[in-house]
Amino acid sequence: MSSSENRHVVPYSTYIVILLVLLVFTGLSILVTSYELGPLAVSAALLFATLKTTLVLLYFMHLKFEERLFGVMVSVVMALFLVVLVITFFDYSFR
Amino acid sequence: MSQTAVHTEHFDATASKIGMWLFIFTELLLFGGLFIVYSVVRFMHQDAFHLAAQELDVVLGATNTGLLLISSMTIAMSVSAIQFGHKKFTQILIIITILIGLVFLVNKYFEWSVKIGHGLYPGSPVLQGFGNGDTLFFGLYFFMTGLHALHIVAGVSILGWVLVRVNRNGIHAGHFVHLENGALYWHLVDVIWIFLFPLFYLIS
Repeated sequence: MSSSENRHVVPYSTYIVILLVLLVFTGLSILVTSYELGPLAVSAALLFATLKTTLVLLYFMHLKFEERLFGVMVSVVMALFLVVLVITFFDYSFR
Repeated sequence: MSQTAVHTEHFDATASKIGMWLFIFTELLLFGGLFIVYSVVRFMHQDAFHLAAQELDVVLGATNTGLLLISSMTIAMSVSAIQFGHKKFTQILIIITILIGLVFLVNKYFEWSVKIGHGLYPGSPVLQGFGNGDTLFFGLYFFMTGLHALHIVAGVSILGWVLVRVNRNGIHAGHFVHLENGALYWHLVDVIWIFLFPLFYLIS
């Protein structure tokens, strides 16, 4: 019998609340980008996408309830991606 | 002295999940690379991307976003359901998730058909007349949403296998890490779409 399999059980209600928040964020991102805001619209849409991803990672993918190691691993990969993105944009902005 | 090998089965759910996460990271970086390509190309062809994105159907894109979010919730719920010992409810939730995945693909089929019907496909004469920006936009659109659709197909297959395992009691309240890993894969597919939707459909 594996000892580590019976851990935190997330109640159904948590998932329903998270889904509703995710749908509201989707609606808001559609609403925000329907105005002619230019670069601001891009930032707003990406902000909502990031918020939604954070909720999916924390609740649906259980990072909030897992051992810390999982959160650390995900953070390192995200940081790696951001570093590559920023370096690429320095290159293209200043050539 | 007889030589008997005592084999005690040891199973480490945490290790299994770490393996799944490592695989998910390779997927994230695969799509991450494509997102960087998208950003750079968009940066160089801002006006063309602005106009080309208006060709995409926001209603259809939003519908598919809602569908994937709902399916992400149902598969997340199935992990709780198996822990509660509700086998029947677990099966129903997995089936709903698979069906939503298939509906997503049907929507994608109609969406692509309309675009191709309008002569908008990689290498089409219509796009060549528009110039580089539009060609790159639709090239990336078809490649990234196509690769994502392939991941939906893979996710549906994985969940189908998980469903069979649940039916045969191979996955139960005491041993459900394969359901958890299948769910993690489905959430990954959802996360990728969370970024694809605003970048292709909304920012126009």
